[in-house]
Amino acid sequence: MGQSDSSADDADRVAELARAVVAEHDPASVPIPEFLGACYDSGLSWVHFPIGLGGLGVSRGLQAVADTILQGAGGPVPLGLNPMGYGMAAPTVREHAQSEELKKFFLRPLATTEDIWCQLFSEPGAGSDLAGLATAAVPDGRDWIVNGQKVWTSLAHKARWGLLLARTDPDAPKHKGLTYFVLDMHAPGVQCRPLRQMTGQAEFNEVYITEARIPDDHRLGAVGDGWRVAMTTLMNERSALGASGNRRGSGAIADAVQLWASRPDLHTPVLRDRLTQLWLRAEAQRLTSERSRAAAGAGGPGPEGSIGKLVGAELNQRIYEFCMDLLGPEGTLYHSYAMHGANSGGDWRGPIQQRFLRSRANTIEGGTSEVMRNILGERVLGLPGDLRADAGIPWKEIPRG
Amino acid sequence: MASGGRFMFSDEQRQLRAAVGRFCAENFGERAARRLQESGEPFDTGLWRRLGSELGVLGLSVSEDDGGAGGCLVDQAVAVEEFGASLAAGPLFGTVYLAIPALAACPPGPDRTNLLGALVAGERAAAVAVADHAGAFRKDRVAVTADGDRLTGTATQVVDAAGADVLLVAAKGAGGVGLYAVDSTDAERTPLVTMDHTRPQAAVAFADSPARMLAGPGDAERVIAHALQVGAALLAVEQVGAAQHLLDLSVDYAKSRLQFGRQIGSFQAVKHRLADMLVDLQHARSTAYHAVWALVDGSDDPDLAASMAKATCSAAFSRIAADTIQVHGGIGFTWEHRTHLYFKRAATDAALLGSAEQHRDRVAELVLDTAVADGRAVKVATGRP
Repeated sequence: MGQSDSSADDADRVAELARAVVAEHDPASVPIPEFLGACYDSGLSWVHFPIGLGGLGVSRGLQAVADTILQGAGGPVPLGLNPMGYGMAAPTVREHAQSEELKKFFLRPLATTEDIWCQLFSEPGAGSDLAGLATAAVPDGRDWIVNGQKVWTSLAHKARWGLLLARTDPDAPKHKGLTYFVLDMHAPGVQCRPLRQMTGQAEFNEVYITEARIPDDHRLGAVGDGWRVAMTTLMNERSALGASGNRRGSGAIADAVQLWASRPDLHTPVLRDRLTQLWLRAEAQRLTSERSRAAAGAGGPGPEGSIGKLVGAELNQRIYEFCMDLLGPEGTLYHSYAMHGANSGGDWRGPIQQRFLRSRANTIEGGTSEVMRNILGERVLGLPGDLRADAGIPWKEIPRG
Repeated sequence: MASGGRFMFSDEQRQLRAAVGRFCAENFGERAARRLQESGEPFDTGLWRRLGSELGVLGLSVSEDDGGAGGCLVDQAVAVEEFGASLAAGPLFGTVYLAIPALAACPPGPDRTNLLGALVAGERAAAVAVADHAGAFRKDRVAVTADGDRLTGTATQVVDAAGADVLLVAAKGAGGVGLYAVDSTDAERTPLVTMDHTRPQAAVAFADSPARMLAGPGDAERVIAHALQVGAALLAVEQVGAAQHLLDLSVDYAKSRLQFGRQIGSFQAVKHRLADMLVDLQHARSTAYHAVWALVDGSDDPDLAASMAKATCSAAFSRIAADTIQVHGGIGFTWEHRTHLYFKRAATDAALLGSAEQHRDRVAELVLDTAVADGRAVKVATGRP
């Protein structure tokens, strides 16, 4: 049982450090950046990261030990404040930035949430087929010059930095001609426009990039190695999107159970069984996340993270479909289609009807359910890939449209 | 054998899994199941004795004082998962899932001690006749009556009764319901033809049959409720083991079977079905393990945990077994292929100790019917901005 002993020691150390942060920086009175800066300096931002980069080099499963203490004392939920920063940029920068100095330069302001991050991957012509993207980066001295259009970029209007995947070699097959950069969102030539969605809100942006410059220092990974670097980001995105709450009955299922409890006038035996099935699925997924955390070492998330993403997305849709069916004609009413941003205060997720509409995106964003099932089939079960019409062809010769 | 944190298996447990897996590969599986069917015997008594004595895996959670291995239910679950994967035949359901947990919970006494020791050693086999309804004990449904130490009445479908040496029976006496032991030769047993030959059943009739009381009216209900919870959790683990075997089988087939000049697993219609089977299997495994750990460490209401597990695992194993036939196509419908053996086990397991629907109903009672609106209910738009 040597392994358990050392992990028990690690857990004690993480808990001790978290209690010290809370004792020295009362989350009720100190500003958020100061509190999160103290967490970073104590190695509690990502406990599995190396010492000096916001981590302690221990099992990632122990993050829950730190978070329980930090957030239990009233500390903020950093993943909510800087979601792309904490969930995706941090692991990518940690693994692929060119020097220790650059890693520190990016990671600490990210951790304090002084620098918000966004992700510039999807394009109008490249969704599930992300590797087919067309935004071009061309070398110019020690810089790169970027031109193109990105879409579905949340927080682009608030972000200081963007994770950019761009094409640097149009003559290579599509996966091989990509390079990964960090784009300064304040640089000349970067323009954001809100993108209105079916709920009436604009949670996302379109980003137009025209002759924007990126210093070569801000390249992550080798030229032409962008696809591999992007995999780090996407695996972390899926595991973040798929992470269920630690508490039984938390998350979207809480909406349905609360609605059920508040409306006994609408109960039927058929709806009761439907809700039970949803509750059981949510609970089985919660336990599955707990089980995979127990098995996780200090490494990053594996393709099993796709299970949580797939189940969470489809479950969300079924939960809000249930709510609509429970409400009947009341469900056909809406609060307002007045255009407003997602961050205009209050609970931006809005009433049940808006959540119902919003849930349609769940099986598309962060990898469609079709792509998730391909990943589970090919990467977890080892099934053969589908035939590809674009295999081995230079990117510029692939038909598009 | 101490267990680690929740969902963490110790090195000893991993070794146990490997040892049981080896034994099962040599002695159980498809060929053994077919041989048994041709023999017409309920099970291979020699093999059963080896499981008890040579491997010592029939009473892993029974204390050493009672002749067991002195481990916990996690150890027993590790072995049961391997039994499930190899479709192990033998009175597992009657003896390991129900009788041993029942006896372990009975008040001390010579009958308990002797019987428990013999069952754990594989020297004797047991079946349990306790009128469960949806996996829960309902004393108003007990159809056997006790007159002193004589039992009279019938039990229509008792799993593993045909090959059992002893029957544990719930019977209603003057003072209430008690749990009794009856030598099977003192009851009239009529073997029934079952869909799954590896899990035989018999109708049992008691006519003034001599019985020994194991738990009186003060204890019987608790003892039986405990046995049914442990039984549901172990049956769920068996379902997980069998479902994993079927997923492996289906994935191998999808990689090797060629149609239209390519492996059928490269078609998304097949690949996505297999991905869904994987998700269901992982959910089943999580709920089954959770139920086992909850029974060990009290981290959850055992009633809820057992119902969650049985509801999830019955649905998962049934669906995975059905999808396994679909992925295999025509060969999967033949007598010659092993898929039907597992499909029949899936249908049987799903119906024993409460169906998925019945356990969902129990979950709804425990979770939804008690839910209270706490004022945090999400807003519903009213059409008035």
